[in-house]
This record gives sequence, structure tokens and C-alpha cells, in this order.
Amino acid sequence: MNYQTHEFTYQRCPDQTVSSPARHPVVIVGAGPVGLALAIDLAQRGQKVVVLDDDFRLSSGSRAICFAKRTLEIFDTLGIGDQTVAKGVSWNVGKVFHRDALVYQFNLLPEPAHKHPAFINLQQYYAEGFLAERAAQLPNIELRWKNRVVAVDNIGSGTTLTIDTPDGEYAIIADYCVACDGSRSPIRKLIGEESKGQVFKDRFLIADVKMTAPFPTERWFWFDPPFHPNQSVLLHKQPDDVWRIDFQLGWDADPEEEKKPERVIPRVQALLGKDVEFKLEWVSVYTFACTRMPKFRHGRLFFCGDSAHLVSPFGARGANSGIQDSNNLGWKLDAVLRGIASNPLLESYATEREFAADENILNSTRSTDFITPKSEISRLFRDAALSLAKDHAFARRIVNSGRLSLPSSYLNSSLNTLDEAAFDGGVKPGAPALDAPISRDGVNSWFMSELPSSFACVVYKENNTVEVTRMDTGASQNFVASTEWISRYDAAPGTTYLFRPDHHVAARWRARDASKISNAVRRALGQ
Amino acid sequence: MLLNTEPNMQDFDAFYEALIESHRDLTTAQSHEMNAKLVLLLANHIGELDVVRDALRRARETTLAAQA
Ligand SMILES: Cc1cc2nc3c(=O)[nH]c(=O)nc-3n(C[C@H](O)[C@H](O)[C@H](O)COP(=O)(O)OP(=O)(O)OC[C@H]3O[C@@H](n4cnc5c(N)ncnc54)[C@H](O)[C@@H]3O)c2cc1C
Repeated sequence: MNYQTHEFTYQRCPDQTVSSPARHPVVIVGAGPVGLALAIDLAQRGQKVVVLDDDFRLSSGSRAICFAKRTLEIFDTLGIGDQTVAKGVSWNVGKVFHRDALVYQFNLLPEPAHKHPAFINLQQYYAEGFLAERAAQLPNIELRWKNRVVAVDNIGSGTTLTIDTPDGEYAIIADYCVACDGSRSPIRKLIGEESKGQVFKDRFLIADVKMTAPFPTERWFWFDPPFHPNQSVLLHKQPDDVWRIDFQLGWDADPEEEKKPERVIPRVQALLGKDVEFKLEWVSVYTFACTRMPKFRHGRLFFCGDSAHLVSPFGARGANSGIQDSNNLGWKLDAVLRGIASNPLLESYATEREFAADENILNSTRSTDFITPKSEISRLFRDAALSLAKDHAFARRIVNSGRLSLPSSYLNSSLNTLDEAAFDGGVKPGAPALDAPISRDGVNSWFMSELPSSFACVVYKENNTVEVTRMDTGASQNFVASTEWISRYDAAPGTTYLFRPDHHVAARWRARDASKISNAVRRALGQ
Repeated sequence: MLLNTEPNMQDFDAFYEALIESHRDLTTAQSHEMNAKLVLLLANHIGELDVVRDALRRARETTLAAQA
């Protein structure tokens, strides 16, 4: 499939001819990365899902290019992790330049012994394409292209959606509806809600260029370079010899003018040098904002991804946090549809992910403020930090060209059971599982692959043996822990972790106790 | 004792945010005044003249080098 040009076909469906609106348990509006990820998660859990999208193509332009480790781990559970990593470009080295000099370089290489790298770079249309292909394999998912939601009635017992198609309008009722309809979210507007926050008075030119120049696979960030004075520039590699270049333009730039090739090409040439041959793949001009909706849940209607929150791209938190939203909501909706949980669990989606959105917005705002100083004095401090950074290690920690996107830990979530025994580190209740090498039946593998899609109880026994029990079926199997696993979980014989279906820790103890475990499961289900 | 130039703070991003925020809505002249007071306050807290001298020297030298 050519992910940039592929067109999905619109098909008329039986719902369009019935006299009263058909009812569906789950309807997802928007087949972007977030809607597709959620649909796959639910379908794999046995739920039937209708996905509506007003378009018939994948992401236009590369958009999100940095996919973080946690996203790759979630992609593993959706069945597209290995494919994504294989296609993506792995990178570890970042360089920061100030004016014409290298200030410092850093190595993102996280601690070794994790299955996935800290980040890979991949055009969004690939990630979306892999998700769309995976969704097409699942009979539980019905994807309806060219189906535009034009009216919404949130009636409490569900949501009535009016949908426009090439064959005219029809309506359906969703028991549960999830709006994954992007930053301009028509559904948000239709219910009279707003995403509020800060818009940065600045413009950025995003140019993807194709070239075979021998630049290293590194992230290069310039503050005030000679070829683009007073502004910042970012250069980053994607697969297929495509390079992402971001030029800060300032607030006064004319977005339409700046998109024209005759304006873009000289800027790129100034960076690459006159004799490097390249082709423009995609050009766009953006203003960045950090905003969010006050509430991500409105009864049986949920907001997920960019519709709920928006961040500036420094630190790559848009798609990555949206995928985490879907990972948080999937198992909760499933539990409610199965009748084993109710309102409090659904509400915990909102509280956990609103907290995560605030954390992402804070990080992304700080990066944006450092990169685009708002006053003379903040520019002075920024330049002073850059100037000191060359010879003073502490100042490198102040320089902020975007911070690594890390998953949120829901440390204050009401779903957690508080520690009653002492742990020296390990993985706290609310935090996502940490990967580590393990072996099973003599074959080397990874801890993340041992975690099932249900609640799981993980008990460290002795002789490095760990037992993983699915809480839904009671089935269990053993693996052999590595020293990394033991130290990451601060494990001693008896140490017991309870993982939620999204692989966040719900509770942990120093000894296995069946009644404490079942209480913790109930608590994590909001019961 | 030597001036510590290794990272010596838990959360640099929170520090930097607080620093910039503390200058909000000040005129440039007021910011200068505030920075001067900040230097005096922190120097007193450090207390050791050798350490302060080392900091003064580094700040001055990196500034002259940048202008060169
Ligand atoms: C220049 C740029 C760089 C970025 N870089 C990164 C990065 O490196 N890392 C990162 O994590 N994120 C990045 N992002 C952010 C990322 O692209 C978004 O966060 C991500 O696309 C959000 O996914 P989504 O599924 O929520 O929304 P979208 O991808 O916007 O999908 C929404 C979908 O809803 C459909 N839709 C809209 N209205 C309707 C309707 N009425 N009826 C039916 N369907 C509808 C749309 O057609 C679309 O398919 C970047 C964004 C930009 C612009």
C-alpha cells in the first residue's frame, strides 16, 4: 500500500436504509491514530466497534514523526509494534547548536535492556497505515469512510449522531461514543464545549525534504544560527531519506506566502548548502497552542487525543499522549460493556488522562517558552544558559529544546491501592510497567510480552522464577527473571505486583495474599 | 571549596520556569535591578568568597568569549 496516496472506499451500509436509527455499543468518530488504536484495542477485547471518518485517506503530510517507547509498547499489544520499529529510524544522539557553535550533544540511549528504543522517527501516515491495516483484519471493526458527523445529541443514555455521506444523511445511536476527531473536533463544538489554554504568538514552517545527503541520523537543534538568524531550526531524519526541518518564523510571518516553494527552497538551501540536491515533500506553516477541554468525559461521550488536548510539538507529546488516552479508555469501556464496572471506572479515564494532559502541557509549554522567549529578559537568560552550557554541565540541564515524552504515572489515582510495605524504588502504583529481559523455556524474551490484556498478578518466587497469573481465567505461567527485572521491580521472594489491563501497576505487596489481591482488583475497577 | 558546576538541582525546568515567571511584567530596568539583588542574595547565601570569585570569573569569561 502507498500510505501517502491510498484511497479507502466509501460503502453504503444497511444503517442508511432503516427507518429508525440503528443502535451500536461503541461508535468512534475519527480514524486518526487515536481512533484507530482505540478501535483495535476494543475489538481485540471482543467488542464490536463502528468507526466513522469524514475523509478517505491517511494523514496528509508526515505530521507526527517521533513515536516514543511507551507508544511502541502499546503498539505491540495492538499487533503492529515490530512492524513500526522495523520501518522507523532509531536515533539516540541529539546536538544543540548556538549561533555557529556546537554547545553540547546528548545521548538519549536510555538504560539498556529494554525491548524498544526511547524513540523512533516515522511519518504519521505509516503509523496510521499500519493501524488501518490491522483494523481491517478485525471483523469486530466496521470502518465507514466518508461518513461525516454533522449533528450530535448527547441524550444521557447514549449519543445520537447524524452522519452525512455521499448518499445523504442518516442517524445512529451509540451507547458509548468516543470523539477522536482531532484538534478542531466538530463534536466538541457541537456540544458547546471549548478547548482552552495558551496560543503561542509564533509561526513555524515545517518542511519535509527528500535528499540523499550524508547527514548523520541525529537530531540537530539550532538556536539563532547564522543561516536563520534570531530564530530556531530543527533537523530530524525520517525513513525513505526524508528529513524534517522546522524553521521558527516569528509571529509576523505570512503563512500563505511562507508555504510557497520560492520562499521555502532558499531557507532549506541556506541550511544544507547550495549544492545539496533535495525535493520538497510536504510544507506547512503552524502556530502552536497548548489547550485542553475542562472535562474529557460528558456522560457516555468521551474525548480522546487531540480533540481533548493539544500540545506544541516540542517533545512529541501529541500522538504519543493520544495513544495513551486510547490505552487508558479501552479496557475501562470493555469492563463497563461486560457489566463488571460502571460510572466510577469511566470517570477515572477522565481524571487520569486530564492529569496526564496537564503534565504534557506543562512540559511542552516550558520547552516552547525556552525556544521562543517572550521578553527581552527571558531571551537574555536563555542565551546566558546556552553560553554557559558549553563548559558547565549544570547549564546543559537548563537548555530545553524539547523534553523526551514519557508516559504519565497516575500516582494519585483512586484506582491505586497504597503501598503497605516498604519498597526501595521499584514501580509505584499508578506507574506503567517497566520492561526488562526475561527468559521462558530457555528462550530470551521481554517482560512486556508476558503481560496479558487482562488484570495480571505477577509474583516473584525464588530462584529467579516469576509467576504471571491472568486474573480473568486464572491461567498462569512462569518465566525466569533477569537481574534487571529484579532490580527494576525491587523484587524479593514473595514480592507481588498487580497490573491493570493497560499495564499500569494497581498495587504491590511483599507477600501474596489472595484477599488483598481481589480487593485491589475491585478497587482498580472502581467498585 | 570549588564552585559546583555539575547539575545540583532536582528539577531544572521548574527552576527555569520560576525564574522567568519572577520577571513577568517588569520593565527591563526593573529586571536589571532584580537580577542585581538576586546576585547579592545568592552570593551571601554561598558565603565563601573563593566560590563567589570563581563564579564571577566564569560568568565574565564566558561573556567576553561570546563577544569575541
Ligand atoms: C507539524 C506537526 C508535527 C507533529 N509532531 C508530532 C510528533 O513528533 N509526535 C507526536 O506524538 N505528535 C506529533 N504531532 C501531533 C499529532 O499529529 C497529533 O497529535 C495526532 O495526529 C492526533 O491524533 P488524533 O487521532 O487525535 O487526531 P487526528 O489525527 O487529527 O485525526 C482526527 C480524525 O477525525 C476525522 N474527523 C474530523 N472531523 C470529523 C467528523 N465530523 N466526522 C468524522 N470524522 C471526522 C479526521 O478526518 C481525522 O481522520 C504533530 C503535529 C503536527 C501538526
